[in-house]
Amino acid sequence: MSIKKLDGKVPAGPIKEKWDQYKFDMKLVNPANKRKFNIIVLGTGLAGASASATLAELGYNVKTFCIQDSPRRAHSIAAQGGVNAAKSYPNDGDSVWRLFYDTVKGGDYRAREANVYRLAQVSNNIIDQCAAQGVPFAREYGGTLSNRSFGGAQVSRTFYARGQTGQQLLLGAYSAMMKEVAKGKITSITRSEMVELVLVNGKARGVITRDIITGKFEKHAADAVLLCTGGYGNVYFLSTNAMTSNSSAAWKCYKKGAYFANPCYTQIHPTCIPVHGEGQSKLTLMSESLRNDGRVWVPKKKGDERKPADIPEDERDYYLETKYPSFGNLVPRDVASRNAKLVVDEKRGVGATGVAVYLDFRDAIKRDGKETIKAKYGNLFDMYNRITDADPYSEPMMIYPAVHYTMGGIWVDYNLQTSVPGLFALGEANFSDHGANRLGASALMQGLADGYFVVPYTLGNYLVTEKPEQESVTVDNKEFDDALKAAEAHFDKLMAVGGKRSVDSFHKALGLLMWEYVGMGRNEAGLKKGIEEIKKLRAEFWKDVKVTGTKEGINVELEKANRVADFLELGELMARDALERVESCGGHFREESQTEENEAKRDDENFCHVAAWEYAGDNSDPIRNIEELSFENVALTQRSYK
Amino acid sequence: MSSNNNMSLKLKVWRQENEKAKGQMVDYSLEDVSPDSSFLEMIDQLNEELVEKGDEPVAFDHDCREGICGMCSMMINGQAHGPESETTTCQLHMRKFKDGDTIAIEPWRAKAFPVHKDLMVDRSSFDAIIQAGGYVSVNTGNAQDANSILIPKTDADLAMDAAACIGCGACVASCKNASAMLFVSAKVSQLALLPQGKVEAEQRVLNMVDKMDELGFGNCTNEAECEASCPKAISISNIARLNREFLSAAVKSRH
Repeated sequence: MSIKKLDGKVPAGPIKEKWDQYKFDMKLVNPANKRKFNIIVLGTGLAGASASATLAELGYNVKTFCIQDSPRRAHSIAAQGGVNAAKSYPNDGDSVWRLFYDTVKGGDYRAREANVYRLAQVSNNIIDQCAAQGVPFAREYGGTLSNRSFGGAQVSRTFYARGQTGQQLLLGAYSAMMKEVAKGKITSITRSEMVELVLVNGKARGVITRDIITGKFEKHAADAVLLCTGGYGNVYFLSTNAMTSNSSAAWKCYKKGAYFANPCYTQIHPTCIPVHGEGQSKLTLMSESLRNDGRVWVPKKKGDERKPADIPEDERDYYLETKYPSFGNLVPRDVASRNAKLVVDEKRGVGATGVAVYLDFRDAIKRDGKETIKAKYGNLFDMYNRITDADPYSEPMMIYPAVHYTMGGIWVDYNLQTSVPGLFALGEANFSDHGANRLGASALMQGLADGYFVVPYTLGNYLVTEKPEQESVTVDNKEFDDALKAAEAHFDKLMAVGGKRSVDSFHKALGLLMWEYVGMGRNEAGLKKGIEEIKKLRAEFWKDVKVTGTKEGINVELEKANRVADFLELGELMARDALERVESCGGHFREESQTEENEAKRDDENFCHVAAWEYAGDNSDPIRNIEELSFENVALTQRSYK
Repeated sequence: MSSNNNMSLKLKVWRQENEKAKGQMVDYSLEDVSPDSSFLEMIDQLNEELVEKGDEPVAFDHDCREGICGMCSMMINGQAHGPESETTTCQLHMRKFKDGDTIAIEPWRAKAFPVHKDLMVDRSSFDAIIQAGGYVSVNTGNAQDANSILIPKTDADLAMDAAACIGCGACVASCKNASAMLFVSAKVSQLALLPQGKVEAEQRVLNMVDKMDELGFGNCTNEAECEASCPKAISISNIARLNREFLSAAVKSRH
């Protein structure tokens, strides 16, 4: 077993010139030759849809796959708050450099500088592109675009479309995709799930999919494969992810040689609706844009059961404003989440369960009037009311942190290529740009940057350099048959267990273990216990899971069983990664490593690197490879939002 | 959390093995349903019990459970997405029902939405309509600075109102003609209201309406059931705008 030092393939030169120079140095595919290449895109969220549309416009033949009944339904659609860009339209001192700086700092210095700078550079093109597509961004009376501020930034750089920014950006990318479907450049395959990656001569040359309607396994060959299948937050069972969001495509790639980077970096979002009870199936996020006008507080007294309106001003603890006077309620997500847990642990939580804090709009309504607040947040207030039956205009909302986003993911180099040649990973599925913590309104930016403006260049360079088309691979190659047989055998095995416990009961049990041992605060003893418990649960799953129905036709239980089997392996890897990273950074909080003020304390001496895990077989421990991170442009400092 | 407020329900659920099979309503009774559960969490509870017994769970579409992806699609007591206005099935909560209620649950029913299984239907016809013209033909990299296109706030707001459509198909399911006019008009309106969409406006409306007809959706006879059932409150004034756009395009059509 040897630990590798990975090369991120960051181009030389000053950071401001790297991307431009790199684009110039890249080899181009002749326009007439592009139609000779077939590209598979897995997932049609912001990353997948934008990449597919752009590659098809360039002339490539694209085949897309999604598990929903339409590409328009990917979970990018649920992002509410907005998308960042360095336009500096409000003239408030923003710039590409500042967006770059804020993102590196917000990620607690665990992202690759050059990637983040490129992200900030192309952010402005994203806004232009989306506006041109007819995305109905919010506007001022003069007809120009509106901006608002978001956590982790002191400028207003967030563009938004009411509380439905993700939906509108995805519909923009989806419409661009549909335009190319109409031209015959994209084949859109829906209700289909990738179940195996196919390698030929060490290169990614296709996939095996399972048709969700018929249950049939299918072979698809291509010159390159793009993994755009999102994050793995559903390993916790309860998260803000959609019900079918899963890690299986990424996990199959991991098992075929793609390294999984920083799996322990998970983001707990501070403003979600608290859990109501056992039947809870998922958690709902309230956009953190609410923190622009809402004030977070709990009673100063422990176990205070008075109604919020009966608690006088001097008995309220606006703990974020007190502790962090310059950022106040707009501190980054990890800081806000941890502080909520701290006050709940002190028995100062509110509501029936005591596991919530207040987010109060009383003062904002007094200052701006109900109508203004309604115009800004109306749909979010309605959503809250619908779920909880409470009226946030007259009483404070109750919120609590929930798993929301995963910064870790498949390791990629500067080209967004994984450790498997010809396999690229985009959007939340890769690990690269957010370091150990993602700032608000940056996920949409990254998904679209990767798809519209990065991979269309870097993929071309791969195709010209590696010439995969010359190996003339088709689905008749033996490798496809082998992969198909392996995938089918895996599903047969799931059907054959014939146990007594439902798939969901295993998923819920795993979620509880993850939240307990690999949640907001982690420590050595807990992580070791967590790993043992996950192993036990996994063994139990393969002995006692019950999958009803048959292999043919629609079988939701079988689909879920396949995903949960993978979550049970990934959960363990997350715990291992958290155990090995004996420092706190961003969303990864090791209780052994904190400042006197309970802030995350990094250990740059020993951990200023990416951990990229390599699969070594089902019966061997995975190998922890590393990529050193160097910071030449942003000085490493203890993050402070005081 | 189990509490005294928990309900007992009688459910009548449409079960259909596959597209070709004949379906039927099947009775179930369900105990101990929390009023704080969402409608889909109630179905989860039923399914968990079915799996427990070794029966096949009810297949239904759902994903985000936040009212935005447009996957969920159930006729609840004859109403698309159930009794609450401007609410998707996933955002409907059991506190809107009473202990002892009987609830009938069926899939969307329309010629253009064949049933896959139980409550799951095929809505790919909506994608086909968008492919016929529901976009602005601007390739990546073609865009000018976003603020060089000034759009009056009122137009931008109206376009946003129309763009809020989640493509769930409730409008089709609740229309006695199974017309897709509200869906089509929402996209036509969004793009007709914005300068970006003007260039192709005439072709767009003609092509999208043609495609809608071709796919077997019915005609609009101004019943307004679509608006009443729409979880995103898409207004039928969009249909009026579509009709104006269509008429004007048809008159000017060079074909």
